[in-house]
Amino acid sequence: MSVNKENVAKIASLARIKMSDAELERMVPELNQILGWVDQLGEVDTSNVEPMTAVIPNTLRLRADEVNADPKTGGDRRDDVLANAPAAEHGFFGVPKVIE
Amino acid sequence: MTELTNLGVAAIRDGVASGEFTAREVAEAFNANVAAAADLNAFIVTTPDAALEAADKVDADRAAGKDLGSMAGVPIGMKDLFATKGVQTTAASHILEGFTPQYESTVSQNLWDAGAGMLGKLNLDQFAMGSSNETSYFGNVTSPWRKPDGSNTPMSPGGSSGGSSTAVAARLAPAATGTDTGGSIRQPAAFTGITGVKPTYGRCSRWGVVAFASSLDQAGPMAHDVRDCAIMLGAMAGFDPKDSTSLDLPVPDWEANLNSDMKGKKVGIPKEYRMDGTDAEILKSWDDGIAWLKDAGAEIVDISLPHTKYALPAYYIIAPAEASSNLARYDGVRYGLRDLPDGAGLQDMYAETRAAGFGDEVKRRVLIGTYVLSAGFYDAYYNQAQKVRALVAQDFENAWNECDVILAPTTPTASFGLGSLSDDPLTMYLNDVFAVPASLAGLPAMSVPCGVNSDGLPLGLQVVGKAFDEQGVMNAGLAIEERAGFTAKPEKWW
Repeated sequence: MSVNKENVAKIASLARIKMSDAELERMVPELNQILGWVDQLGEVDTSNVEPMTAVIPNTLRLRADEVNADPKTGGDRRDDVLANAPAAEHGFFGVPKVIE
Repeated sequence: MTELTNLGVAAIRDGVASGEFTAREVAEAFNANVAAAADLNAFIVTTPDAALEAADKVDADRAAGKDLGSMAGVPIGMKDLFATKGVQTTAASHILEGFTPQYESTVSQNLWDAGAGMLGKLNLDQFAMGSSNETSYFGNVTSPWRKPDGSNTPMSPGGSSGGSSTAVAARLAPAATGTDTGGSIRQPAAFTGITGVKPTYGRCSRWGVVAFASSLDQAGPMAHDVRDCAIMLGAMAGFDPKDSTSLDLPVPDWEANLNSDMKGKKVGIPKEYRMDGTDAEILKSWDDGIAWLKDAGAEIVDISLPHTKYALPAYYIIAPAEASSNLARYDGVRYGLRDLPDGAGLQDMYAETRAAGFGDEVKRRVLIGTYVLSAGFYDAYYNQAQKVRALVAQDFENAWNECDVILAPTTPTASFGLGSLSDDPLTMYLNDVFAVPASLAGLPAMSVPCGVNSDGLPLGLQVVGKAFDEQGVMNAGLAIEERAGFTAKPEKWW
């Protein structure tokens, strides 16, 4: 499969990366080279294979259903969470006005 | 007195413990080497005071007769992918420039708890995406190695842990942390004549490590020899409730159990790794490795890993797919860069921020990942790649019926000149062709230096083992190390 400029523009918009026309033009052959190469995976018969979901068999752990059950995974870190925000006010992240 | 910066982890630990020298003397010596090596660009941030502070604590603990940790007095370099409390953490990306974590990654905390100190944050490929250290926002890292032909061509230290490999090879640090998603510890170790171990997936906590491809990312040590790696891995590893894929297993005493006697062990030689066009000197180094392991008492068996050819293309679907999801968090809202043109709305802010913050290789991989996960292509690309991944893992499972460890080259070539491959993403990707299969299967693997080629550049051999058998991998690595007699060092020019 291959992509054209319109496809790449669509993907870039899905990925929320602004790209100029020149960048889109440059990306088309680069992506097509990579996509053309990964197409060889189609040769492999996988009709009886389950897709791998975990490399090492592992069961997900559950913690007790209470606030801060384990201090190592607990909360109460609002100020730490906001410390690196480009804009934060009144204990919240700040974003540009959204009007629908 | 011994040149302290020529010492490795074990020698420093033992010398500090016995009082031959102080931790402060060691930290000062490495701080001086770091400060004098700006030409290599191995560090994004240096933290000489942190190294001294940790050293002083070790010296005080020793004077007070307290027990010292397994890394006591050893100053290390920290790949700038590990969050370090109060010290800028960037993943070598503009989008995280100025980000100062309010927390410490589990692996780095484990190392500080064991008595290690931090010399600084090491440069890397941006978001660990690259095999040459040419994608960092903070500039290329240059390998301390040069061809002795007088051309002075700057060589690649490998990637993505290229700051780590350069720092250790140039004696700016006795050891450094690395992370390996598809070869990012092993390939740079091979390029710079040092030793690097990628443990079993889940051995080292991923908590606080900037995520690239979460099902593949694993931290590990990079140091001068196998023993040093065994010590450092022991300090890094361990169960962590903060990482849902952390292995809830005791950490073995890898150092105490090192044993290079390979009697009764079978070493598999995968025929599919003998690819057309592989450098003759790489093949020769592989033959040397076979002879050395035989000499150590191992039985050599030919094995087949039939899906090897498909591992790399599967990786270049799975890793970008996971990266595109993981990197969705860089939105200009919670941390890092925000690019908000006048009058722009929220969606514009996302797109402008990510355009300004991500480098070209990161954008390329995010786009590939977005594409292979998008409606209509998910089954053909992502699901097929995950099925092929299962087959690659099955190949290894089958191989373990015939052998205990697998020996292969680490890379298809030695280091190359910076800039010589950067116009061609696909050729660059092929550098990891021998490293990626073990990553896809989550298996422990390491690179050990085995010699230099006719250009005077180091080569590495790779040992891959069964899940949880880091000991078997490092024992085989030690058997190679003892016989390779690798003593080559880069001549100082920086």
